[in-house]
Amino acid sequence: MADEITLTSIQGLILEEQMHLTLAELCGACAVHAESIIGLINEGVLDPAGSGPHDWRFTGLQMRHARTALRLQRDLEINTAGVALALQLLDEIEMLRAQLRIQGS
Amino acid sequence: MEFKDYYKIMGVARTATADEIKRAYRQLARKYHPDVSKEADAEARFKEVGEAYEVLKDPEKRAAYDRLGTHWKTGQDFRPPPGWNEGFEFSGGGFGGGDAADYSDFFEQLFGRAGGPAGRAGGAAFHARGSDRQARILIDIEDAYRGGIRTLTLRHPEMDAHGQVTLREQTLNVAIPRGVRAGQHIRLTGQGAPGMGQGQPGDLYLEVEFRPHPFYRAVGRDVLLDLPVAPWEAALGATVKIPTPDGVVEMKIPAGAKSGTRLRLKGRGIPAATPGDFYVVLQIVLPPAQDAPARKIYEQMAEQFKTFNPRAGLGV
Repeated sequence: MADEITLTSIQGLILEEQMHLTLAELCGACAVHAESIIGLINEGVLDPAGSGPHDWRFTGLQMRHARTALRLQRDLEINTAGVALALQLLDEIEMLRAQLRIQGS
Repeated sequence: MEFKDYYKIMGVARTATADEIKRAYRQLARKYHPDVSKEADAEARFKEVGEAYEVLKDPEKRAAYDRLGTHWKTGQDFRPPPGWNEGFEFSGGGFGGGDAADYSDFFEQLFGRAGGPAGRAGGAAFHARGSDRQARILIDIEDAYRGGIRTLTLRHPEMDAHGQVTLREQTLNVAIPRGVRAGQHIRLTGQGAPGMGQGQPGDLYLEVEFRPHPFYRAVGRDVLLDLPVAPWEAALGATVKIPTPDGVVEMKIPAGAKSGTRLRLKGRGIPAATPGDFYVVLQIVLPPAQDAPARKIYEQMAEQFKTFNPRAGLGV
């Protein structure tokens, strides 16, 4: 059984350009406790702007990295250092794919 | 309901040890993990493997599953025989943090749904902010230039007061902000899961992806177009019409242009405070030499350009 709700059109904000996330917001978006995020920061996976947890600011790209990192940790049981390496390689693959797109293949 | 052969899915023998099963799971999970794999059906395979592992790693579930016998084949219509699970006790359980909706009908029929806490019973009022949700939204490159409204239907599992999981459909008309690019997120405040008690609802994050376009390709905020040109347009220069996501514009091809030459239309990429650029990549296409007059022209060219060696750079 599926009930349906239709809403009038809603306006969103582009995370990457119009706003940043606080630590609490990032934790909410990733559905994890702050310790998990701090673990990623300590390993250098995430590098938020700001001087400390109270004024850290995360970008949308960092949210994507955090979510990927947490999924890899959970599903493949990789430790944080391994996740950091995997993300770095994934970014590199993404960059190479972009270059292929420029060349039109 | 279709039978699922969990041993086949994991690629292990029915006699496999717990260690072998774990090893097979690790390998398959790395291969099909949606964050890592680019295989088209990676997500479906990953869920299937996760479900198989959920059963085979648990001695009780595996024993009950084994008791179904060896004569079942994947895809075969399946009804569990009466009393098949007698003497076993399952506690549901989730794999990979997936939610209940991730399990196949087959799994649920055998082992029940992954039960979370059933509805909170009376007592003190409980308030909590609803959780945030994430989804993908597929838009056209043109939408990023103009903005637009996209209708999006999301399905999420929801637990009712009796602890039953149902799929709820949510239809949203989302205004696509002008200038959004692939990989960016649109945040819709308050469109996530409802809060408990008087708690605020969570937010919804939409990750933007561009639908593949027949002739434009986006790279970051730049947009590229392969533009076919005739040999004389490239050699002599010409003004040609080109499509852009913003509409048709005229562009000057400089004389002596080569295949692969990139021409830039500054600021005609995806709009933003610093807009991207639009690149036209020239591709020289030859008219076919199908009839005598056309062949004659090519023959004249051959005569005229006798000293032209296109392979001079190859040393032959």
